[in-house]
Amino acid sequence: MITFDAVTKRYPDGTVAVDALSLEAPTGEITVFVGPSGCGKTTSLRMINRMIDATEGRILLDGVPVQGIDPPTLRRGIGYVIQQAGLFPHRKIVDNIATVPYLLGWDRKKARSRAMELLERVGLDPAMGERYPFQLSGGQQQRVGVARALAADPPVLLMDEPFSAVDPIVRTSLQDELIRLQAELNKTIVFVTHDIDEAIKLGDRVAVLRVGGRLAQLADPKTLLSEPADDFVREFLGRDRGIRRLRFVSTEGMRLRTDLTVTEGSDDPADEPWRLVVTADDRPLGWVSRDRPGTLEPYGTFRPGHDSMRSALDAALLSPSGCAVAVDGEGRVVGVATREALDEALTEAADG
Amino acid sequence: MSWLTDFFGDPANWSGPDGIPARLLEHLEFSALALVLAMLVAVPLGLLIGHTGKGGLLVVVTANLARALPTLGLLVLFVLLLGTASILPVIIPLVLLAVPPILVNTFEGIRGVDPELRDAAYGMGLTGGQVLGRVLVPVALPLILLGLRLSAIQVVATTTVAAYTGLGGLGRFVIDGFATKDYAGVVGGSVLIVLFALVVQIVFMLVQRATVSPGVSQRLITPKKGRL
Ligand SMILES: Nc1ncnc2c1ncn2[C@@H]1O[C@H](COP(=O)(O)OP(=O)(O)OP(=O)(O)O)[C@@H](O)[C@H]1O
Ligand SMILES: [Mg+2]
Repeated sequence: MITFDAVTKRYPDGTVAVDALSLEAPTGEITVFVGPSGCGKTTSLRMINRMIDATEGRILLDGVPVQGIDPPTLRRGIGYVIQQAGLFPHRKIVDNIATVPYLLGWDRKKARSRAMELLERVGLDPAMGERYPFQLSGGQQQRVGVARALAADPPVLLMDEPFSAVDPIVRTSLQDELIRLQAELNKTIVFVTHDIDEAIKLGDRVAVLRVGGRLAQLADPKTLLSEPADDFVREFLGRDRGIRRLRFVSTEGMRLRTDLTVTEGSDDPADEPWRLVVTADDRPLGWVSRDRPGTLEPYGTFRPGHDSMRSALDAALLSPSGCAVAVDGEGRVVGVATREALDEALTEAADG
Repeated sequence: MSWLTDFFGDPANWSGPDGIPARLLEHLEFSALALVLAMLVAVPLGLLIGHTGKGGLLVVVTANLARALPTLGLLVLFVLLLGTASILPVIIPLVLLAVPPILVNTFEGIRGVDPELRDAAYGMGLTGGQVLGRVLVPVALPLILLGLRLSAIQVVATTTVAAYTGLGGLGRFVIDGFATKDYAGVVGGSVLIVLFALVVQIVFMLVQRATVSPGVSQRLITPKKGRL
């Protein structure tokens, strides 16, 4: 656990970047620092590994004040990932990843095999180990940055806007990768971002900071969205806060109709405005309207219990029928969520 | 053309204290000694100033001094002061000439390393010395070598002029040749000097090849076969 105990940072020019910050980043969880530019996120993060020293207050790592630990020793025990990856250009990827193991005096062979293992862990081809950083794309470099931070298996990981310099598609895949890794590794992660969507997606807990380095709210993402502490937080979360909250509403137990599907080629018994045509093995083909029987219209799918209400609603909006197709893990249709069913679920979500 | 064959074909030019091998060796000795001495002063100083960021003013002053230094004047001055009994009067001005390019380029090379990279190195837990030795120097190496190369060329050229003071080196052929109207000596000596400078360039190119990481020079590397 990382504890901020009334931590203040005043720069020599008098700027108060962080003001009496007190919070805890629990072991095995992702704590996200989010807030507008200049609110002191980076400063707060860098005080943990003493890249910056706090002016007042204490930062504790599992109860031990970091100010008492000599910086190189402290930093070798904390993974650190920065925005531009900061890979050493003169070293091969494998040696970049093995930086901290080498520093810790690991046997060269062991360090390199650990590096190769991590390369695969972060989703890169092991052959890339022999390349130099300039031969990798930005997204690949960022993955190497994560692998390097994990190399000596530190319990704590600090990440400062690690995914903000890559395009949105790569960013999404890096975020998913981090979630997957974290499920396996259970690190104590402090993650800095100015992107509230990223914060909500990744954070077990989200600390919203306001300019001047004061904590505005610390809560899990769901609470943050449903109960913002004040106008600043509400405004920072943005207008579509309600829609975003649907990400946390389960589709478990949603009422599904099974009488709207017809198998391809068979005759349609029911007289309904929309029917879903499926293959013989229950794969969806498209919607057919009563008014235009010959045309297949687009459909959207979601997995009940697995996907959120947001996905279900998204699936419904993708189709002119206004209904969402419920599928199982293999993509087979298990039912249809009609507008009425979605409406019921939404009403429930708004109440609770 | 006959001058060249006259010069290089004359067996007398290949032996004795004023033969080609002896003069070549003298030239090499003066240049190399001056360059090594300058390097011993300028590289550590440049690394220190670049790494700590303190003393940048010193670099600026030396750099400007270098432009203003009348090397030939210094050479004559030191010969007048110290005589020609030792090689010191030649070496001191040569070192003074060689220090600034090395110092400036080493300093700029280290200081110019991407701050993000420096930051990442500290963040990984490298100590100050390790950051310098394992990250900054390898990354700044092309510039450091450039400084050395510039100095080497200047030193080699100026060593030629050192012959004016009565000391040895390849310049002797040229200067003595003019004095005695031995134009074969002038041309032959000049060719030797050019060849010498060329060899120096090639040596630096090879050193650069061998020491600068392909990741820094971004040279394309052919994958090694038989691995993995
Ligand atoms: N070395 C410094 N000297 C003086 N002031 C500084 C220094 N570093 C940061 N600051 C100031 O401290 C405040 C917080 O900076 P910090 O870098 O922590 O912000 P941030 O939340 O990370 O912002 P961003 O989202 O833009 O990265 C800012 O007002 C900044 O100008
Ligand atoms: Mg920042």
